[in-house]
Amino acid sequence: MSAAPLHFHGERLMLDPDGAAYWPAKRVLIVSDLHLEKASAAAMRGSLLPPFDTKTTLEKLHRLIRLYHPACVVALGDTFHDMKGVERMNANDRARLLQMTKDVHFIWITGNHDAAATGLPGESVAEWRDGVFLLRHQAEPRTGMRSVDVEISGHYHPKASVNTAALRISRPCFVTDSARLILPAFGAYTGGLDVRDPAITRLFPRGLRVFLLGQAKLFSFPLGQLI
Amino acid sequence: MAELPQIFADWFERQGWALRPHQRAMLDAAAQGEDTLLIAPTGGGKTLAGFLPSLVELAAGKSTGLHTLYVSPLKALATDIARNLLAPIEAMALPIRVETRTGDTPGDRRARQRANPPDILLTTPESLALLVSLEDSGAFFGSLKCVVIDEVHALAGTKRGDQLALCLARLKILSPAVRRVGLSATVAHPQAILDYVGKGSGLIEAKDGTPPEVKLLLPPGQIPWSGHMGLAAALPVLEKIKAAAMTIVFVNTRAQAELMFQAIWKHNEENLPIALHHGSLDIAQRRRVEAAMAAGSLRAVIATSSLDLGIDWGGVDQVLQVGAPKGVSRLLQRIGRSNHRLDEASKAILVPANRFEVLECEAAIAGVAANALDGDPPRPGGLDVLAQHLLGLACAQEFKPDDVFAEVTSAGPYAALTRKDFDDVLQFVEDGGYALAGYERYRKLFRDSEGYVYVANSRIARQHRMNIGTIVEAPTLKVRLVGKRGGFGKGLGEVEEYFVNMLTPGDTFMFAGRLLKFLRLRETVVEVMEGGAGEPKVPAYEGGRMPMTTHLADRVREMLHDPKCWNSFPEDVQEWLRLQKYRSRLPGPNNLLVETFPRGGRWYMVAYCFEGRQAHQTLGMLLTKRLERFGFGPLGFVATDYVLATWSVHQPTNIPQLFEQDMLGDDLEAWMAESSMLRRTFRNVAVISGLIQRHQPNADKNRRQVTVSSDLIYDVLRKHQPDHILLRATRADAASGLTDINRIVLLLERAHGAIVHMALSRVSPLAVPVLLEIGRERVAAGVTEEQLLLEAEELVAEAMNPDEPPPSAKPRPKSKTVPGQAVFAGIR
Repeated sequence: MSAAPLHFHGERLMLDPDGAAYWPAKRVLIVSDLHLEKASAAAMRGSLLPPFDTKTTLEKLHRLIRLYHPACVVALGDTFHDMKGVERMNANDRARLLQMTKDVHFIWITGNHDAAATGLPGESVAEWRDGVFLLRHQAEPRTGMRSVDVEISGHYHPKASVNTAALRISRPCFVTDSARLILPAFGAYTGGLDVRDPAITRLFPRGLRVFLLGQAKLFSFPLGQLI
Repeated sequence: MAELPQIFADWFERQGWALRPHQRAMLDAAAQGEDTLLIAPTGGGKTLAGFLPSLVELAAGKSTGLHTLYVSPLKALATDIARNLLAPIEAMALPIRVETRTGDTPGDRRARQRANPPDILLTTPESLALLVSLEDSGAFFGSLKCVVIDEVHALAGTKRGDQLALCLARLKILSPAVRRVGLSATVAHPQAILDYVGKGSGLIEAKDGTPPEVKLLLPPGQIPWSGHMGLAAALPVLEKIKAAAMTIVFVNTRAQAELMFQAIWKHNEENLPIALHHGSLDIAQRRRVEAAMAAGSLRAVIATSSLDLGIDWGGVDQVLQVGAPKGVSRLLQRIGRSNHRLDEASKAILVPANRFEVLECEAAIAGVAANALDGDPPRPGGLDVLAQHLLGLACAQEFKPDDVFAEVTSAGPYAALTRKDFDDVLQFVEDGGYALAGYERYRKLFRDSEGYVYVANSRIARQHRMNIGTIVEAPTLKVRLVGKRGGFGKGLGEVEEYFVNMLTPGDTFMFAGRLLKFLRLRETVVEVMEGGAGEPKVPAYEGGRMPMTTHLADRVREMLHDPKCWNSFPEDVQEWLRLQKYRSRLPGPNNLLVETFPRGGRWYMVAYCFEGRQAHQTLGMLLTKRLERFGFGPLGFVATDYVLATWSVHQPTNIPQLFEQDMLGDDLEAWMAESSMLRRTFRNVAVISGLIQRHQPNADKNRRQVTVSSDLIYDVLRKHQPDHILLRATRADAASGLTDINRIVLLLERAHGAIVHMALSRVSPLAVPVLLEIGRERVAAGVTEEQLLLEAEELVAEAMNPDEPPPSAKPRPKSKTVPGQAVFAGIR
């Protein structure tokens, strides 16, 4: 696994191929859109999807915590697929998550799926600011932001497709320009929105670069190269 | 012997017909109450034979409620039969009410049919499955006396056929006296079709008329070395069209149909009415073409398998097959589209697109002459279909698992179903069947203290009924011409989303026989206008190409081996084979010829397997892994229907060890798990089994989301519960379907101890066609997605970096040893 460094106003962020960002200077690990208990939400509607999604997502998060030893984990919202998700977690998953919150300080940013505090240990906030970074669930158009701010958000579940020599390959991705970073969804069952969708491109009027998630590294392309 | 009532005898006489022997036999079988399979060629009065006993019984006026159910794989066919059936009923003024019920039937008429059933109901497997899932299915089908299943040969062995077989088993429970009648074209495995209709069914065979006349038509000039579109023959094909009143030109893929249509029209100076027909065209357009054929106002139709089945047009007097025929049965089915008068020979002309296809055509002509039908026997019933059916049964009425197990295993495709698989499927329907507690409260079925299984609530039943069916289409988008002033224009049909993603506005592509300019994608509609410049693209579709049958492959190998058979071959082909014999060897009927030779700094290995492209691609993947392990430095491979070629840095030696049967172990497992073909198969299984619902009450989940999430589910399920019933169902489907593993198993068995390795100094004549395919094939496997992305990333970085010296000054030696490197050469 090799993370890709990205620099904003002299601050270095590491983008991890698992879909998380790490800020070494402050030892902050950032993940977004875990959508825990999405399978059980589908089950309530009659689709009995394999119930291993929460386990898969938490195992992946646990691996990253062991790898980076962060002082703090920030979850950029939509941690649960819906407000009742916390109650639906099974005992093992709940224990695993609670153990993580004991080891590391968690900051839960509220999202549109989990608009209020979930009651898990840690801080629940709408936004979180540290240094040049402003972390929130959904990116906002530039108006009202200080020009020095760098916004880090999730919400859109960005993905991108590349026409390679043999196949068209579609993967979740980071999307960024000099002032903004959108994280891919971290959850096991989260689909994606193509970065060419106007909902995303309007946030990047001067063009964007994507980093597609890979097994061991990220693959970087400017928007124009995504056909 | 059953007597034909006077009114029917008179009607036959007025038509100038005599009761045919098989029609009489069907009346006798009905009088005995026997299940019957009628095998007869098209045009043998098969449909009438199937209905006649019901008409006779109904004419006597003894029945109330639904008497006869007719099930056909084709919606349009059910409409057509209604017309043909109505003619005798009206002519004899019989008191019989006939109605159709398909997905297109309006809701008020469906409700009326349930309240007041017709005597004869014409329907499709999907509509029948819906009827069977209704709570009043017992009352509706209680009076049923007869089920007529048309085109059984086209249903048996498919998932639609599985669904129908399960419904037939249920009908037997609802109405124990019901008699089954199967109608089938001639098939290679009549016993399997008999078992499908029902154990102990009687067989009635109508003899074929005069054997068909099949000839070869060669393109002008030298016979092409490769390619399978056959466009070089467009002019001679047009000449043949001119010489006949009505021709069907069959091709193998929709892309080929589009290209052939354009190529023929380029020469069609007389503006003969020549149309196009394939499964992606707008349905209204297809119906118009069919109507024009029936009316005799067309001279030719370029068609794919979309015209293989169906309506008896009568007027077709010539069939052309451009490209490989693929199988004798398939060819006979197509030939049968022409000249439905039994006393005259059908005429067909085969147009091979390349040299190997000349051999395949010759083999097919010999096969037709010998009436050697082929094709695989139907595979066992799918577990995903069973899952759908079990929920349907619970929706209709509570049941005991033991009873339903007995019922289900009475259906031909499920005769060998184990109790464990049955229980696992039922468990899956009940609560997902996961090795993790937690879904008790979402269960779809519950059991009472007496062991009866109920559907949990009415919402689940409603949802189930919205999702009945086993046809899972690839995600497609509608193509629409933009009218003047930008308004809504004419719908042309559907293309796969995948193809549209590759288009940029302004691109030209060929579709529905038109040259179109891509304007934009608006939601799910591809907006286009006529015209456009530049090289047009042609949409390709999933699963477009079918493999050559084993039987035809055997014939090709035998003909190749025996120079006495070559006399009928064109001179080009004879010379080609003579040279091959001189320079290398000819593949034998019972061995596997493998050639190795150097060329352009690489070592090529060509294996003459003749097992079809799908099997060769799977084999190519496995061989690449072995070549790598043996240290030969594989660079890529390409597969055709006939041979497989690999290329590598070093000379492959010890060939028999390369082809050892143990290659089907871990490598196969590892590859299958990652293969996109398996993911596609899983998507279908997930949809059919009800894991993913296409339609939600009050919300239509779009198909793009279904595609994404089935991949994610696949990954998660494979990791946490690799033996889950749906993964087992997926692997079973893949083994016989897209990956054709069964054929590789047979090939490796045959090759064991019988490999003939020719180490040559240069390319052999027989190897030329496959070498020409290199670079033409868009998907050459052997490379992982990670490698492809890396290459694309490097390429973009190199092209976009202004500081980088030109490539000549800085070669990139490293990546040259990546397996499958050669595919990168063709990067656009």
